[in-house]
Amino acid sequence: MSPLMMVRRIGFYVVIAVLMAFFAVPMLWLASAPFDSKPGLGLRWPDWTLDNVKTTFEHPYALASLWNSLVICVVATAITATFAALAAYALSRVRIPGRDLMLYVLLLLSSVVTGTAAMVPIFVMMFQLGLINSQFGTALVIAGGMLPAAIFILKDFVDSVPRSYEESARVFGASPFQVLTHVVLPVARPGIATILVWAFVNAWGNFLLPFLLIREVGKQPGAVLLRTLQDEGGSANLTVIPVFSLLYSIPVVVLYVLVNKRYGFRFHGGIKS
Amino acid sequence: MGFVAPALLLIAVFLIFPALWTIYIGLTNYELTGPNAVAPQLVGIDNFVNALNDALFQNSLWLTALFVLGSAVIGQNILGFVLAWTLRKAKPGLRRTVESLVLLAWILPSTVVAYLWFAVLDRDGGTLNSLLGSEGTAWLVEYPMLSLIVFNTWRGTAFSMLLYSSALAAVPPSQLETARVVGASGWQTVRDIVFPHIRGHVLTNTLLISLWTANDFSPFLLTAGGPNHASETLPVFIYRQALEGGQLGYASAISLLLLLANLVVAAVYLWLLRRKS
Repeated sequence: MSPLMMVRRIGFYVVIAVLMAFFAVPMLWLASAPFDSKPGLGLRWPDWTLDNVKTTFEHPYALASLWNSLVICVVATAITATFAALAAYALSRVRIPGRDLMLYVLLLLSSVVTGTAAMVPIFVMMFQLGLINSQFGTALVIAGGMLPAAIFILKDFVDSVPRSYEESARVFGASPFQVLTHVVLPVARPGIATILVWAFVNAWGNFLLPFLLIREVGKQPGAVLLRTLQDEGGSANLTVIPVFSLLYSIPVVVLYVLVNKRYGFRFHGGIKS
Repeated sequence: MGFVAPALLLIAVFLIFPALWTIYIGLTNYELTGPNAVAPQLVGIDNFVNALNDALFQNSLWLTALFVLGSAVIGQNILGFVLAWTLRKAKPGLRRTVESLVLLAWILPSTVVAYLWFAVLDRDGGTLNSLLGSEGTAWLVEYPMLSLIVFNTWRGTAFSMLLYSSALAAVPPSQLETARVVGASGWQTVRDIVFPHIRGHVLTNTLLISLWTANDFSPFLLTAGGPNHASETLPVFIYRQALEGGQLGYASAISLLLLLANLVVAAVYLWLLRRKS
């Protein structure tokens, strides 16, 4: 090996090591602080204990808020996946002029509006409908915001299902709904899985909408409770925060590991150049 | 067509209708409480005129531009490409490990991530201060925008990395090989061979991450716009005007300006993309 290659080699590993440290160091806190007898904001080798876990389980809202997260998340994900599958199928098979442009505009609009631009009207609308503090209402708003992107992603998968499959089903007298559920969806299963996971992770982590729309602490999901813990009683509740952060992250991490194992985290087409 | 109806209904109610309503509320003096909450009046373009003369709005606009430029256009874009480019030749195990870390930063819930960064940036005993030996530096107070930019780069690089890895896979290996044979440096290869192939991807990526960053609410979780408005990006500004200040009309007008700015960015992008092909 020539000296130049040696230098390149070393340079390569230095770059990788620095990048790894940059991404890993902030996360180490999630592994150490929950099990430290004196958890603080900062990294240190923990003085191992499980007391924090016990305190967290005894916290009046901690476990309930995880349940609330689950309820909101499951409703939002189910609605998004079902409606997106129906819409993606129809849009993939029907020729409407300007269809792609419309989808594109909706996608842009959703990435903007659900962020923050529509904060005021959404709040006012839900207030006047009496849906403040409603978990179902919040889930609907979240689903509405996720739908354009979900349709966009799913349409790509449905586009790739061969039409001859559907035609043969139709020859045997299948209704459009039967064609969708028995022919198209099974073939587009990876797409559905992608949408389910994507929607779940998004809804699970969503902070702004439940923060705006659910004001009653007993109904708030984990995202909002975690924020509340920051100044509950004047200062951050550092016994509960680390353990709760960990518990609240587990579903997302588990899903991620499963997807990564099964499909790998790659873009297959989808994003057009 | 019946299949599209449910999705269309939800999108219409929770996306298109609020977007249109923003326009209307932006033209009124609607407030959260008080007489204007009961009977808001149309005030025309007053809110927009006020916004343009509002030093806090100008400050916020500038900070948003800085945030997008620093953390998305430069930070995530470049780091994402560097990761994709460096990892392309790495051993599978190493590649998987690094990618998992980057992806984890992307998928963890934002409220959790906020605490992770409190622990990094905290004044007393924060990880960064321990590493640098700069005990007593309150990063989020003294350098709020810099902290937010580094934070958001960390948070969002995964998307660019994924997109660029798949884009790089489409660059013909024969051309890369030719470049290597004629002794082109890494930078020359990227500039003359890789970049022309992935130009479309760079544009798409930059557009998406810019829009996401401009509308991102996580600065609120880290600094809540403080200290003294020093990190108040537009989404945080809108939230504080609307729910803390109660100025719903004014906040809607700002939302509309943000929306328009987003559309302008998207239009410029589409134009650039058209020009390419």
